[in-house]
Amino acid sequence: MRHIISILMENEAGALSRVAGLFSARGYNIESLSVAPTDDPSLSRMTLVTRGSQEIVEQITKQLNKLIDVVKLLDLTEHKHIERGMVLVKVQADNSNRDHIKHMSDIFRAQIIDVTRTAYTIELTGTGQKLDAFLDALSPVPIIEVVRSGSMGIASGEVSLKI
Amino acid sequence: MELTGAEIFVRCLQDEGVETIFGYPGGAVLHIYDALYKQNEIAHVLVRHEQGAVHAAEGYAKSTNRTGVALVTSGPGATNAVTGIADAYMDSVPLVVFTGQVPTALIGNDAFQEVDTVGITRPCVKHNFLVKDVKDLAMTIKKAFYIASTGRPGPVVVDIPKDVTADKAEYFYPDTVELRSYRPTRSGHLRQIRRAVDLLLGARKPVMYTGGGVVLGNGASALYELTKRLNFPITNTLMGLGGFPATDPQFLGMLGMHGTYEANMAMHYADLVIAIGARFDDRVTGNIEKFCPDAKIIHVDVDPASISKNVKVDVPIVGMVEPVLQSLLTELEERDEQPDAEALKEWWARIEDWRAHDCLHYEHNDEVIKPQFVVETLYQVTAGDAYITSDVGQHQMFAAQFYKFDKPLRWINSGGLGTMGFGLPSAMGVQFAHPQDTVACITGEGSIQMNIQELATCRQYGLPIKVVNLNNRFLGMVRQWQEFFYSGRYAMSYMDSLPDFVKLAEAYGHVGMRIEKPGDVEPALREAFAMKDRLVFMDFLTDQQENVYPMIPAGAGQNEMILV
Repeated sequence: MRHIISILMENEAGALSRVAGLFSARGYNIESLSVAPTDDPSLSRMTLVTRGSQEIVEQITKQLNKLIDVVKLLDLTEHKHIERGMVLVKVQADNSNRDHIKHMSDIFRAQIIDVTRTAYTIELTGTGQKLDAFLDALSPVPIIEVVRSGSMGIASGEVSLKI
Repeated sequence: MELTGAEIFVRCLQDEGVETIFGYPGGAVLHIYDALYKQNEIAHVLVRHEQGAVHAAEGYAKSTNRTGVALVTSGPGATNAVTGIADAYMDSVPLVVFTGQVPTALIGNDAFQEVDTVGITRPCVKHNFLVKDVKDLAMTIKKAFYIASTGRPGPVVVDIPKDVTADKAEYFYPDTVELRSYRPTRSGHLRQIRRAVDLLLGARKPVMYTGGGVVLGNGASALYELTKRLNFPITNTLMGLGGFPATDPQFLGMLGMHGTYEANMAMHYADLVIAIGARFDDRVTGNIEKFCPDAKIIHVDVDPASISKNVKVDVPIVGMVEPVLQSLLTELEERDEQPDAEALKEWWARIEDWRAHDCLHYEHNDEVIKPQFVVETLYQVTAGDAYITSDVGQHQMFAAQFYKFDKPLRWINSGGLGTMGFGLPSAMGVQFAHPQDTVACITGEGSIQMNIQELATCRQYGLPIKVVNLNNRFLGMVRQWQEFFYSGRYAMSYMDSLPDFVKLAEAYGHVGMRIEKPGDVEPALREAFAMKDRLVFMDFLTDQQENVYPMIPAGAGQNEMILV
């Protein structure tokens, strides 16, 4: 099963490699990873998406908690939560497809953020599924490149991950 | 007053109460060695190889439950230390290892004797630090000792660039330290304690299975009290030996791959397993699918990640072994109930039947020395009261089976990592920690050669270690597996061109003995142990074909042992 785990960790050099190293050393998989400092600059927040049985994910959260740099974590999958990722996609734009691109971007509430004579760059946020669907819907427009962030997650309502 | 980083380093160790450190100098740690030279409080022991320094620190720690300290230089100094660090990690040994590093300005430049020590050691440390500013040095050292010695203990590496040891800062060493990200659990959860006691009182076929956590957590006396209170059978893991007196009738011996028949059968047929400070290692469980099919499991461990890692448990109790055992005792006292005495009597009768197989029996031989016989005689000659270190292989199993440890902290071996070359340097650490006590290293001709250079360290410091070399001219455990599972194709397991160990010992300034006849074993041991101030290297030429029995072959369950 897919799990999305939020981790608060000390914002210190090497903290990220401790997490990445743990996953490779113990053979867990990382589907995506996103990390940045929080409003408290001494803390980083990481959102990590992984897959595994209940037992494996329980072991993953225990092993993460065991890392000295990890302050606190929350398996968002156990709570109602909101998940977002972002995609930047650059497509070949010409007279034949500009309308289609604009139309699809409007439907998905994406924004065209860079326009040249031959290319459009579009920005879209949403769940992984929505991003996938958008990339599908652009067809047959030729895609030049796709940049996707890892997922970010936050629990909804009163539940929160803070110290 | 401002001090240099090197002076701060020394002051920190002094304030931490460190008495002995094991190390080897080099370019990146010259300032530190200079600061050590100018003081007398901390004794520095010069080893002959950095791996030896870390193993010695482990021996010191494992025989005292105090944090061991090693100091090595950058680059090869650090990489040579890695085996010892990994060993300490697997066996949860409290250790702080200081490594020199190239100056901060050169880090990342492939400088002379530079390696990414923090990167290399990351997977095999409890935690590690790179100190980039002398102002952080004292606090980092405080944190290192705190992390190494609390919770589930383990090695912490502190990497110190050379310029940091020359820079100056005000010295302040805090008495205590708190980390918001690290708060080990001490006491067990009361509801879980109560559930555990329900199971204890309801058990009809219980067995206690206890490991190194009892020894590390100073839990031996509380464990003794609990085991006596319940009259349950008890088995120890390799690392847990000494956690319960081996001569006590409730003790079933070691369990696992080369454990006793009675211990493994009791585990297999138990209806309740009480695991305390043990981690369900594959060498213990055998085939996990066949492990303890009918048992409910209580698991006490300070490390939550150890619980339900390999085997799903019914009652997890996260906490330090000693306070948890005390809580169990208190709860039992309040209930004032007893387990079903009749059921226990039947259970004990079954266990006695298993015990009657006498699974450790071996045929004594008048011509060839049996390795088991040497360990048995060693046990008698030392009155069971020596500190015993061992290397890794058949001799290690014979030591675990035939030396009966009645006290904790007396059995010092490399369990998790299985590091050949551990025995001699760890014996040095033990002897430094216990200068008046008898220390013996049970080894083999393969293992001893992996850190034989430490005989020079022993000479320099006059360490009267007794080396018991069970020399069968084979890498015995490898040979045994090749005999069993590779149709006797002894690929590379024969030790050819062995040195003359007697002359070798003498060349290092020690006493060497060769013992070839069973009748000479006891007199030789008595003679050796009578030499209180000399290292004696006893080279016992033992039976080449002897195997370690009983044995759970790979893939088998605990009830499927090969007996002799």
